[in-house]
Amino acid sequence: MLLMSRLASLESRRGWQVFLILLVLTIVLVPVLNLTLPPESPFHVPTYMLSLLGKYLCFALLALSLDLIWGYAGALSLGHGAFFALGGYCMGMYLMRQIGTRGVYGNPDLPDFMVFLNWTELPWYWWGFDQFWFAALMVMAVPALLAYVLGWLAFRSRITGVYFSIITQAMVFALMLAFFRNEMGFGGNNGLTDFKEILGFNIQAQGTRIGLYVASAVVLALGYLISRFIVTSKLGRVLMAIRDAESRVRFLGYSVTNAKLFVFTVSAILAGIAGALYVPQVGIINPSEMSPGNSIEIAVWVAVGGRGTLFGAIIGAFTVNGAKSFFTGAAPEFWLFFLGALFIVCTLFLPQGIVGFAAQMRARIARKATPAPEEVGNAASKHRA
Amino acid sequence: MVRISGRIRAAAMGCAVAVSALLAGAAQAAEPIKVGVLHSLSGTMAISETTLKDTIMMMVDDLNKKGGLLGRPVEAVVVDPASNWPLFAEKARELVQKDKVVAVFGCWTSVSRKSVLPVFEETNSLLFYPVQYEGEESSRNVFYTGAAPNQQAIPAVEYLMGPEGGSVKRWVLAGTDYVYPRTTNKILEAYLISKGVPKDDILINYTPFGHSDWQTIVADIKKFASAGKKTAVVSTINGDANVPFYKELANQGIKATDIPVVAFSVGEEELAGIDTSNLVGHLAAWNYFMSVDTPENAAFIKQWHAFTKNDKRVTNDPMEAHYIGFKMWTQAVLQAGTTDVNAVRQAMYGQKVRSPSGYDVVMNTNHHLSKPVMIGEIQSDGQFSVVSQTDDAIKGAAWSPYIPESAKLTADWTFPWVCGNCTEPKFGAYAK
Amino acid sequence: MATFMAAFMIAGLVVCGITLGAFAASTARADAYTDAIAGLASPGFAEKAAAIEALGRLGDSRAIPVLEAMADNQLYTRKADGRLVTGSGGRDITLTDAATGEALGPATSRDLTRINANNAIRTAVGAAVGRLQIGDPDPAKRLAAAETMVRSESPDTVPLLRDALAREQVEDVRAALTLTLAKLSLSSADPGERLTAIKDLSSRLTPEVRALVTPLTLTKPDGTFAEPDPQIRAAATELLGRIDTRLMLTELALNLFQGISLGSVLLLAAIGLAITFGVMGVINMAHGEMIMLGAYTTVVVQQAFREYIPAEFFGLYLIISIPAAFLVAGAVGVAMERGIIRFLYGRPLETLLATWGISLMLQQLVRAIFGAPNKEVSNPGWMTGAVEAMPGMVLTYNRIAIIVFAIMVLAGLAALLRYTPFGLQMRAVTQNRSMASAMGIRTGWVDAMTFGLGSGIAGVAGVALSQVGNVSPNLGQGYIVDSFMVVVFGGVGSLWGVLAGAMTLGIFNKFLEPYAGAMLGKILILVFIILFIQKRPRGLFALKGRAAEA
Repeated sequence: MLLMSRLASLESRRGWQVFLILLVLTIVLVPVLNLTLPPESPFHVPTYMLSLLGKYLCFALLALSLDLIWGYAGALSLGHGAFFALGGYCMGMYLMRQIGTRGVYGNPDLPDFMVFLNWTELPWYWWGFDQFWFAALMVMAVPALLAYVLGWLAFRSRITGVYFSIITQAMVFALMLAFFRNEMGFGGNNGLTDFKEILGFNIQAQGTRIGLYVASAVVLALGYLISRFIVTSKLGRVLMAIRDAESRVRFLGYSVTNAKLFVFTVSAILAGIAGALYVPQVGIINPSEMSPGNSIEIAVWVAVGGRGTLFGAIIGAFTVNGAKSFFTGAAPEFWLFFLGALFIVCTLFLPQGIVGFAAQMRARIARKATPAPEEVGNAASKHRA
Repeated sequence: MVRISGRIRAAAMGCAVAVSALLAGAAQAAEPIKVGVLHSLSGTMAISETTLKDTIMMMVDDLNKKGGLLGRPVEAVVVDPASNWPLFAEKARELVQKDKVVAVFGCWTSVSRKSVLPVFEETNSLLFYPVQYEGEESSRNVFYTGAAPNQQAIPAVEYLMGPEGGSVKRWVLAGTDYVYPRTTNKILEAYLISKGVPKDDILINYTPFGHSDWQTIVADIKKFASAGKKTAVVSTINGDANVPFYKELANQGIKATDIPVVAFSVGEEELAGIDTSNLVGHLAAWNYFMSVDTPENAAFIKQWHAFTKNDKRVTNDPMEAHYIGFKMWTQAVLQAGTTDVNAVRQAMYGQKVRSPSGYDVVMNTNHHLSKPVMIGEIQSDGQFSVVSQTDDAIKGAAWSPYIPESAKLTADWTFPWVCGNCTEPKFGAYAK
Repeated sequence: MATFMAAFMIAGLVVCGITLGAFAASTARADAYTDAIAGLASPGFAEKAAAIEALGRLGDSRAIPVLEAMADNQLYTRKADGRLVTGSGGRDITLTDAATGEALGPATSRDLTRINANNAIRTAVGAAVGRLQIGDPDPAKRLAAAETMVRSESPDTVPLLRDALAREQVEDVRAALTLTLAKLSLSSADPGERLTAIKDLSSRLTPEVRALVTPLTLTKPDGTFAEPDPQIRAAATELLGRIDTRLMLTELALNLFQGISLGSVLLLAAIGLAITFGVMGVINMAHGEMIMLGAYTTVVVQQAFREYIPAEFFGLYLIISIPAAFLVAGAVGVAMERGIIRFLYGRPLETLLATWGISLMLQQLVRAIFGAPNKEVSNPGWMTGAVEAMPGMVLTYNRIAIIVFAIMVLAGLAALLRYTPFGLQMRAVTQNRSMASAMGIRTGWVDAMTFGLGSGIAGVAGVALSQVGNVSPNLGQGYIVDSFMVVVFGGVGSLWGVLAGAMTLGIFNKFLEPYAGAMLGKILILVFIILFIQKRPRGLFALKGRAAEA
């Protein structure tokens, strides 16, 4: 009963309505429009759009995870690509093992690239990945472990602000270089690819695609609720206090290290799950996901949407990636100008992102009955109201 | 929020309408045949790939001037996958499913090809891949117009082992750490050992992408070469890393007459970024050089200069591969009388094109070309002078006989094999 | 006057006589010479090589220009009459008859068929020219001759070399001759000669000697020794041991140099960031693009020099590029600061996003203007080549120049901050903005100038980095992560920290690389930085006091 009321309090009544409507729209309507309508119909959602949306959903979960640590705890991780990619690699390893003898060289145990490198047996860290449950566990455990160790090192030494960003960047860069090495046993630059099936379903089949899409949407919704649960809890308030005045919170007797460590680890797990859902949909995972530029881009999504608001992160991921997909096709020579300009305009004119801007607008429309009490930074509380 | 995204959407719609209106205005009455161009125009690979996009644009332009194909104009749909491998897959899907292109010309790196491969296989559409690569692949949906290892690496090493190349006895295999150098070096190592070169006389070295500080490695090469036997470097160093590598070589005074370096990824385009006066005599192996003296090549270069309105632009091997690929595709479409993928694929086999290198290049049933191999030495003007070339075209081998696992495999997409990696024909029973 | 005239006439006669004598001598060999010259045009590689060797043996110095032309790909047959000619010049070629030296006037490449040279031909030419030049009055040519003759495998040059050595006075040339002679005698059948050769070499602890001696200590595949005489073997082993000890030391020194060189590259890349990020707190992701702008400025200046300035001043283009790059990158920096960044002070993480956007746009802009492929930047003459500081330790001039330049830039910047009014104002603004403003300092102006300074210095770094690496639109991306690592490792806001950070990382990297490989070395460095920041969260040279907490 307590749980129910806690759940209900996550969102206002209108918030729940919006949430459920969006959920139904994404989970039910899109696949239905894809499957039932003929391709000529103007409402038909073509398959490429479906897989595109599936990808965006994973990015949205990734943005959400970064928002949790950056927007609420104030620590900008420029290494979230690493957690995403590690989750992806765990899933990729499972998918590689599912290929079995259908690989190019037909080896039942070893993936093609290992056969090629003259390896004779599976390295120990690949053991167990033929089981889905194990891979699924690792998808969460590996990023969590890395985040825990890195976070423990960083938060214990009170590394904050830019320094934290730089060491996470160093971490993701080092990991990228490590995964580039063919000796690591993760396929080097090409990474893991050529997947055949997941849980026995053909990975290229329309049904599987829709299944993965729906799974991504459901997981995003769950991720949103979990994040919401955290930020509306007492811990969430402590986190926001840390963000705004870390030393003061420390002096008040809260364990800043533990609070941050917890949320960083949760954030890494969410990022890992996002990666795991992403890999079967795009069909490849390779070290370029860990390039420092990609991780900076994640921060850009969050900033564009509005950091410190969970909804904003999701909107940001959709907006930036949608713009990217559109412009790389419509203006292949100039899209970087559009994208660059978008970032600049957002930081200059929408300091609280799209969500903050919307909140500002709504406040203004409300004819300043109360002279804008909600500092735009608190768009999250706006949502709750 | 609603307002702003609405605005963005409106702006985007406006853009799209404007663009399509422009295109519609330019197009002729008949429905155009669309081909996709999938080359990075931004990011790290833009250095190499933008030229290839221009090549296809030139070919399309030329074809339209000649009246198009099957009485219809041809339209190139250009997208920018931005050197981002998953984006390659997304854009490939967009080209095939949204823009309904009938063939795609694109990709440079192996990983980008691996990334789009499932899309082309799932949608049964065609990709023309113009870059020298590691082999070990033959997809029903890809035509490989670049060189396989047996069309580049082995002839180059053979040349260096011979008296004209300086009877090299000791080998440094230096490459960037990814699949193409790994495969090439693996094949070369097996080949060299089969020719009686002891293992101690082979040094293999891998460096990361974009490696810029070559002091240690060049010093190591010098040290390795000072063992008293004639030494050569076989370089599979990728793109960006080459400029600092060659600069370091030149500055440390390594002359081609002492330690020749033969490269498989350095062509005219890469040399345009280097002062070659100190690099004279270092080598490269390709299927085409800009300096080849044939009427076909002169016409090709002239067309290129006219199209780019710049008579300093160089041509290179992957451009020639795209030229061949596009010509072949055009011929196959004409022969099939349709752009239907299955019909075109069938018509591609045995298709012949007179290439700028002056040979009749043929498409084989393993989706690789038969091409000549040329060895060129770098000149002080940034061009190559051909010092050796094969008498006949060499057939590209998808599977290398020097790698035991792959030696068993056959690629042949015609009856009775109909398979890219089989040990026995799929329809062997029917053939009997 | 009359005596003078007489002397003149006598001198003239003598000259005539000598010329006539030489002519007579050469006509005696004329047939062999013309035959050999004609042989250069033979179709096969082996025949060409034989002709070259024959020319070397003939000892006729007229062959030198012909052979050199051949090595430079400037030997042709004229299509009209099949005559073998040498040509010089690019588009309009001035012809000379190869056999007679008769001037044949201009021609174009269309009239000629080139006789292609390859490495083997060039090696053969080197040996032949060496033979012909071993008695040349110019010591530099003799040195070159002695060095190229090492590569010729023919033992019949031994007497020639002995003669030359006996006559030789210049130490460098003697050394080269001894080496060449020793190499040839090491393969001699006479054990005594081989032993003498080793003794001759025993004072030269160089890699070349190591290469010569090593084969003597090896065993053949059938288990027997390559060198049958145990005494010679012992001498060779002993010499080899001494060389290896020496080379180990050399290698250590070389590693140190390479480390310092890499460190100075890192220093140059990071020093501008030490201002924009370190002093001003802007997470300047467009820093790499400032370096790129500097490099492209160098390209433009170089192009202008090629087109408008006489070739002899070409080497100066790099000097002119330095202020030009400073101005270009500095101006872009000021524009960035005034247009965008000044609205973002106090929100460092948002400067990251805005500058990231700027960097994307700058990259695409450069790509649109200059095209995506690499641009060529040539090293000026004075930066090409290398000096051999110790045997086996080659220090390239461009690396030395970059080390010196990096130190100069750092020193100049430190002086600027320390001793100029602008430096004073800048420090005042960073330490206490409101107080500085109250004292009448135009803080906005100082901000713009400071950012411009940092960007300008990044541009200057671009000039230097264009000499060792690529010039492409992606140039900046390669340096940005490293630059941040250096600044954070060294300590934000401290110039000396940047120096120490860059040098530590550079040297550390170069000492790791031989053992761990380039890739693993870099990974280890990054892990090291992560762990180091745990220990010293503010870097090597941390600022103390209130400013550090801000």
